[in-house]
Amino acid sequence: MRKLSKKFFAFFSIISLLFGFSAAQAKVDGDTIILGAAVSLTGKYSTNGEHTKNGYELAVKRINDMGGVKVGGKNYKFKVMYYDDESNSKRAAQLAERLIKQDGVKYMLGPYSSGLTKAMAPVTEENKVPMVEANGASRSLFTKGYKYLFAVLSPANQYLEVAIDLAVEKNGGKPVKIAMAFEQDAFSQDVRLGILDAAKRTKSKIIIDDKLPKELNDMAATLAKVKAVKPDVLVVSGHSKGALTAIRQISEMKVDVPMLAMTHCDASKLAEQHGNKAQYALCASQWHKTLTYKDNFFGDGLKYDADFTKEYGYAPPYQAAESSAALLVYKDAFERANSFDTKKIRDALAATKMQTFYGNIKFGSGGQNLAKPMVLFQVMCEGDKCENKVVAPTKWASAKLIHPIPKWSERK
Amino acid sequence: MDFLIFQEPILIVQALMDGVLLGILFALIAYGMALQWGVMNIINIAQGELVIMGGYVAYFMYMNGIHPAFGVIVSPIVMYFVGIGIYKLVINKVVDKDLFTSILATFGISILMMQGMNFAFGADVVVAQSDFGTTMLFNNMVTLPNSKLFASAISIIAAIILVMYMKRSKLGRAIRATAQNARAAKILGVDTEKVYASTFGINAALCGVAGALIAITFTLHPYVGLPYTVRSFMIVIVAGLGNLPGVAMSGMGLGVFEEFADYLLGTEFRIASVFLLLVLILVYRRFKLAKKREYLK
Repeated sequence: MRKLSKKFFAFFSIISLLFGFSAAQAKVDGDTIILGAAVSLTGKYSTNGEHTKNGYELAVKRINDMGGVKVGGKNYKFKVMYYDDESNSKRAAQLAERLIKQDGVKYMLGPYSSGLTKAMAPVTEENKVPMVEANGASRSLFTKGYKYLFAVLSPANQYLEVAIDLAVEKNGGKPVKIAMAFEQDAFSQDVRLGILDAAKRTKSKIIIDDKLPKELNDMAATLAKVKAVKPDVLVVSGHSKGALTAIRQISEMKVDVPMLAMTHCDASKLAEQHGNKAQYALCASQWHKTLTYKDNFFGDGLKYDADFTKEYGYAPPYQAAESSAALLVYKDAFERANSFDTKKIRDALAATKMQTFYGNIKFGSGGQNLAKPMVLFQVMCEGDKCENKVVAPTKWASAKLIHPIPKWSERK
Repeated sequence: MDFLIFQEPILIVQALMDGVLLGILFALIAYGMALQWGVMNIINIAQGELVIMGGYVAYFMYMNGIHPAFGVIVSPIVMYFVGIGIYKLVINKVVDKDLFTSILATFGISILMMQGMNFAFGADVVVAQSDFGTTMLFNNMVTLPNSKLFASAISIIAAIILVMYMKRSKLGRAIRATAQNARAAKILGVDTEKVYASTFGINAALCGVAGALIAITFTLHPYVGLPYTVRSFMIVIVAGLGNLPGVAMSGMGLGVFEEFADYLLGTEFRIASVFLLLVLILVYRRFKLAKKREYLK
């Protein structure tokens, strides 16, 4: 028995030594800084998970090719350790634990979606590991007082506020009538809160406020109400399913509204799937390639678009661009902190003030990016060929907003 | 409570039409479930996934330049064989086991199918364009997408064909005999194994038709099967097993109820109200049964 326990002790010691060794090595291994990420490579978010991973990888490659990260006079390279979170928030939280406790990762990148980021944030926070995330926009992420969470993207409530401002502007500064339909999930409900704020600010009236059940793929009732009450602007948010369902049924039911604003046009490939039926839809976007922000790594949006397309064979959606920006933020923070100490990195991240090809980045006290506004693009078509053109804010507009949307009976 | 529907009475017509059209499509899926449940005593959790897979067959055709409406012919053929395959691989091993085993088995199949479709078609939400146009009624105030009218017409035709087949064909009679008493049917020379396989195949084929119709009326995504399973389950529960006209009525009734709940209580209560109705119906049934039992006493 005693012999057995000795053997067990020896085995246990070796295992713990091995783990201790790998943990000590994992954060900075030789000249490599290891970042941890759980992204959705399978499951319902796998498409966006792939965009996220591609965005991370392109930036890692670019930063490494351009000399890497300089800390304490020595150049280090970035490497990301990935796990597949299976689009499952419980799995994401488990993987965050595994990356931190087992693999010894000290710097994290975010997963795809607000839900998964929400699941991982308590783990990174508890372990005091900084996480720079690029795909969790829910406002509730930034109201919990997290100190180690930083998001390069604008919070969800800002997504469509600018559309209401635009509608009011087009109405000669007078309040407008708003009809809105939002899916009942954290993200879409945050977008809704933004609209409520904008309506209050502009004294506009909300005449339809439908909350679509998650499993719903029929908006006919909402759209029939819209036809009856004739609002000035219709706002819809329900991920890709919501965007595709809305355009399909608006075109089938010939619903005429002067302005239609929505989210997830890019992710759902709205113009590609619906062709000119999607024309005139206004879409909220975190980024667009024609924006004129610049940095030393990717140049500007157009160059990023070309580089990404060359590398991965498809044009980058904003999910990829913001993921790349997260790496640029990390590089900047490591160099300013000039240390690998997580507390110092966290403080450096909190003091970030920079411009990237993706936009300006400056974090608020909750970790949200305060420096970058959302943009609105409008789907504009010539025949069957459709393009997304930025129409607001005016500073970055590459085309003039078409308002009001022509009636279905007048369309070709 | 929202009274818009009474201020704009034309909305009542719209709600009725939308509800009936939606209900007919759901009834078709429930029809397959009722058939298979009645014959094999299996609650198929993968029903929705069979529907979505049928939809992807139509979508695949659409991507290859064929009009997705032809999916209503091709999809049931493909899905029939998929159904037979699933039966031979899994279902025949659980068909005479208790209900819980078959629920677990079909739950496993549903997960496998979801991941398989995700692998084959990606996780993007997709649509197939039918470009059927719109029928406008009452001075354009009521709009009926022709794709929905087409879906309803095809659903009705599919249901009629099935009823005729069940009544007239040899296999149909064998299926009905097996549903009534599998053991007796077997003693009288019915190959129940073949009957079970065909029933599962026919159910999958019906799901294939419904899936092709969903591809042109709604959206497709590998993970949206569950609502179709739940909805068809509810329709069957309300109608009762072995009551095929009841399935059609209950499908349309629930569709209309759902639309009116949307207008009156708000969209957020749309699905919740249908569940509430289901609970009320079950409680009422139990109450009625208890009364019957009392008489017996």
